[in-house]
Amino acid sequence: MPDAPSASAPLLDVRGLGFARDDLPLFGPLDFSVEAGEALLVQGGNGAGKTTLLRVLAGLLDGGRGEVRLRGVPAAAAARAGQVAYLGHLPGLKADLGAVENLEYLCGLLGRREGVEIDRALAIVGLAGYEDAPARNLSAGQRRRLALARLWLSPARLWLLDEPYANLDLPGIELVNRMVRAHLDDGGGALVTTHGAYAAPPVRTRLLQLERAA
Amino acid sequence: MMLAAARALVVRDLTLLWRRRGDALQPALFALLVVVLFALALGAEPAALARAAPAVLWLAVLLAGLLALDTLFRGDAEDGSLDQWLLAPVPLPWLVLVRTAMHWATTALPLLLATPLLAEMMQLPPRQLPVLMASLALGTPVLSLLGAVVAALTVGMRRAGILVALLALPLYVPVLVFGAGSVAAAAQGLDPTGALLLLGAGLALALPLAPLAAAAAIRISQS
Repeated sequence: MPDAPSASAPLLDVRGLGFARDDLPLFGPLDFSVEAGEALLVQGGNGAGKTTLLRVLAGLLDGGRGEVRLRGVPAAAAARAGQVAYLGHLPGLKADLGAVENLEYLCGLLGRREGVEIDRALAIVGLAGYEDAPARNLSAGQRRRLALARLWLSPARLWLLDEPYANLDLPGIELVNRMVRAHLDDGGGALVTTHGAYAAPPVRTRLLQLERAA
Repeated sequence: MMLAAARALVVRDLTLLWRRRGDALQPALFALLVVVLFALALGAEPAALARAAPAVLWLAVLLAGLLALDTLFRGDAEDGSLDQWLLAPVPLPWLVLVRTAMHWATTALPLLLATPLLAEMMQLPPRQLPVLMASLALGTPVLSLLGAVVAALTVGMRRAGILVALLALPLYVPVLVFGAGSVAAAAQGLDPTGALLLLGAGLALALPLAPLAAAAAIRISQS
């Protein structure tokens, strides 16, 4: 049974993944895998294709070459929806909705992890007391924390974090590291992009260095 | 799962509508403005008003819908919500359908309810009112569904503006022709059933196909 999800197969297995924009190769072909309990740190300068790589992996961007397997099962772009949680540059929050309302909507849309409550998630990211504050009144860092709460509530086992440290203060960076560690201890996996200036999460980490294509 | 996602989207849209109720009133006020101006411009001649009534009322509703069309997906594209739609474990056409249904319920439905009043203003003979209501009830969902495709096609552009109208109008013309035509036929004592059935057929076609097309366009716009 090669196509049944297996516990021993890596969470994410990528073979020969490449992406070209207007026939200009942006990156790849890349081969890497992420095991459960492991984080892959994607490093590279501006324009090296880190965001594109994550969007291709999330299935938001079609047209990549190569094969992506989730838990050993080949997963086309559309089939990866629902199995990955993606934190991008845009937090995906509605400015006129309160923090809890935003999370309730996103949980209804994306599903919610068993046994995690919205209030608890808000407390973890340090937004207790901001339950009813409209997202437009939150600072950029607080909005990012709210997006992290959404991530914490997500049932997906694989996290794709695009520059998760952006806009965060030092306790916020510590928070991201703590969340990633807890997620990995729970048997999840994570891909984290960074342009290299920030401390990496203190977990079992592999490094993928993206170079700008010549 | 699909129902939970639909419920979340409906609750969100209704909450947002309530938070911005001033904006939400704009299409209805616009339609009212068009009808009132027509009534004043055509003068106090009931016969002329009654003749023009079906076309004017249909145009008012159509233009009001067009006014609200650009906001259908643009807000969700700009704050990254569409990314999360694509990542949701439910089919994207379903989310598009729910969003479009909400759009119809918040822009066209209030106008539909106000139509008897507007029709009175235009001196529409009372026995034509049921035909007008039926044609609007069948026609406005088609307008919303076709509009969703256009809105999805232009969502990647920073300012679509007049382009939305230019793309939507040719698609809207048949709906307008049959919609206003059915009332005009009833006014001349002809049977409006044919035109209404054609509108119904259009709705039956657009209901499954338009969300698929709009979802494909959204997918392209996000890549």
